[in-house]
Amino acid sequence: MKVALFVTCLADHYFAEAAADAVRLLRHLGCEVTFPDAQTCCGQPAYNAGMSREAVRMADHTMEVFADCEAVVLPSGSCATMVKKFYPRLMEEADRAVQAAALADRTFELAEFIMRRLGVTRLGDGLAGRRVALHQGCHALRELRLETEPAVLLEGAGAEVVPWEAAEECCGFGGLFSVKMTDVSAALADRKLDSLPRVDWVVSGDGGCILQLDGRGRARGDGVEFVHLATALWRGVDGWAGEAMAERDSGGRHGRSNGQAGRRLE
Amino acid sequence: MSVRISEYATRSREAIRDRPEVRTAVTGATVAFDEKRRRAYGEVDADSWRRWAEGVKNHLLTHLDDYLAEAEAQLEANGADVHWARDADEARQIVLALAARHSARSVVKGKSMLTEEVELNPALERAGIEVYETDLGEYILQLLDEPPSHIVGPAIHKTLEQVQHLFADRLETDPGGDPDELARAARDVLRDAFINADMGITGGNFLVAETGTVALIENEGNIRLTTSLPRVHVALVGIEKLLPRMSDLAGFLQLTARAATGQPIGCFVSLVQGPASAPGDDGPEEVHVVLVDNGRTDVLLHEHAWEALRCVRCGACLNTCPVYRQTGGHAYGWVYSGPIGSVLDPGLLGLHEAMPLPFASSLCGACFDACPVRIPIPELLLSWREEAQQKGLTPWKERAALAGLATAATRPPLYRAAARIGTRLGATRAARKLPMLSDWSNDRDLPRPSPHTFRQLWRQGIK
Ligand code: SF4
Repeated sequence: MKVALFVTCLADHYFAEAAADAVRLLRHLGCEVTFPDAQTCCGQPAYNAGMSREAVRMADHTMEVFADCEAVVLPSGSCATMVKKFYPRLMEEADRAVQAAALADRTFELAEFIMRRLGVTRLGDGLAGRRVALHQGCHALRELRLETEPAVLLEGAGAEVVPWEAAEECCGFGGLFSVKMTDVSAALADRKLDSLPRVDWVVSGDGGCILQLDGRGRARGDGVEFVHLATALWRGVDGWAGEAMAERDSGGRHGRSNGQAGRRLE
Repeated sequence: MSVRISEYATRSREAIRDRPEVRTAVTGATVAFDEKRRRAYGEVDADSWRRWAEGVKNHLLTHLDDYLAEAEAQLEANGADVHWARDADEARQIVLALAARHSARSVVKGKSMLTEEVELNPALERAGIEVYETDLGEYILQLLDEPPSHIVGPAIHKTLEQVQHLFADRLETDPGGDPDELARAARDVLRDAFINADMGITGGNFLVAETGTVALIENEGNIRLTTSLPRVHVALVGIEKLLPRMSDLAGFLQLTARAATGQPIGCFVSLVQGPASAPGDDGPEEVHVVLVDNGRTDVLLHEHAWEALRCVRCGACLNTCPVYRQTGGHAYGWVYSGPIGSVLDPGLLGLHEAMPLPFASSLCGACFDACPVRIPIPELLLSWREEAQQKGLTPWKERAALAGLATAATRPPLYRAAARIGTRLGATRAARKLPMLSDWSNDRDLPRPSPHTFRQLWRQGIK
């Protein structure tokens, strides 16, 4: 399958290696990955601020860039939600609801794409022995309803996803919210960090949440390691036994492991 | 309760920094309530119940004039008196006039957010009438002269130690007294108040139009006494609290209790049909129902905000809200706090008065999942934000920055250059001087950009 990567602003600049891991992972699963160069921002900052005219302009641009793609994958639950859920709402008033709905149908968050579109649940066992806590971005959880997908993929790759009292609570990022209501936003992050169990990694599919939690965690001197879901999943493939790989390869759908085992995390 | 919404930023900061016990108490209690609500929803087909309730309220709100007329006729047929209050002042005048007619010296009250909204207690006190709040939480707050901070648990922001201290001081209880002992001490005071009261004042959870029945849910029994012991019962009911039929009530009583406290139904449900039918029968001699508008018609006419009028005041959205949990309700600056406050207050008070509440949310969406009548709170927050932007109620720098982003984002080369510069600049010490990032970096370390952008990696070829 041909997949266009919509990298998103934050991943482009702050989680570039994770976005590259998403590409590796998709290729490994047999997809041909393209990167439409004219892509920019999905428009969510403007949409969340209530500036819908600006958001419509950005949505128009994005819809044009990805118009002919078979599938669009984003390494971000939040930006995927913008395209999948909020574009149709936003474009209804701009009379382009049909185009928006068509793009929405072809757009996926990374874990969503792997499980719901490709039907893959087992990536490998590269995460065997890892204790991870999973922070789901609110949009991934409550708009895309990815209530199980990321955990299933992580556990399928051998990780132990540790229960976390505040797992489903918001990290307090919320884009504009974190700069406008900075004290409250930081208090939300504290609630997450204070209740965090002992783990090797905190994994999240949203760069914004990681910037927030990691920024706060470093300011507090917590020493917690945050890993983007794309990187964690790609690491899950890493330990894949050659035999199993060959089996999958014989199906002709999946590319061979690209010899990245043991590659260092960013 | 005076409006102090514009101080949200300072008051939320103060709550977090200077009164950490508020956060501990509120988080502990709301997490527990939210857990119970989830469990209670899980026991039934909550999704269908919620859709049904949404439909009933939508039907009601789109036929409100008819149902109000029906409710009035039924109440009168039951022997109750109906009064109409356009605003808070009229509501107060109606109650004051009733109190004067009955030479009331002392009133007992059941918990009612509407009476807070119309500032009834201060008006009664100014008229020389003694007011006793009889809900335990409300009674605690009355002793402290504080407004409620939560729709259902008014004193949720107080710790047990604070109440022990207060009661030891005012009611001479043992400083280490357990909650039962404290409740007993309050009951001793309130029992006399009930016996001596000339008038009982309550709100109303529902008013069934078909039968003219005011329904009240509670767990302490104080509302039952307030509605039955004094000679006169006055219920203040918002016009949106109607339900079309008696058969709707059964569903709403159960759904509201599950949402509010995780109970299958409240410990006490009082159905007030009107005064005692004959002298010597149980019940008050007079029942008065004051139907209060106070901005609700404006909300009903608003393109988006009308959906907030489905609210049954269960508090589930507050309990599940991560923002509310950090500060408690007082930071919001008015009667209705938390998610529902942030969408209802702009409608009731006017958006200008309610700024910046539509922005006091990360839009995490937990409130919608909890709401028994499926009010799309995140969507309503967004439409208030949009209105605020259009009316120029937000900082112009913010608007300019976002307009700039849109312009850049539709011109890819410009966007790429600007994003790179912005990211690198954001990681330097200079960022601490940038208008928005300076606040961010007070509480957080600056974000660390990747050594190469993804675009660069892509161009080099990803292996
Ligand atoms: S908005 Fe919904 S959840 Fe919140 S108090 Fe009202 S009915 Fe309850």
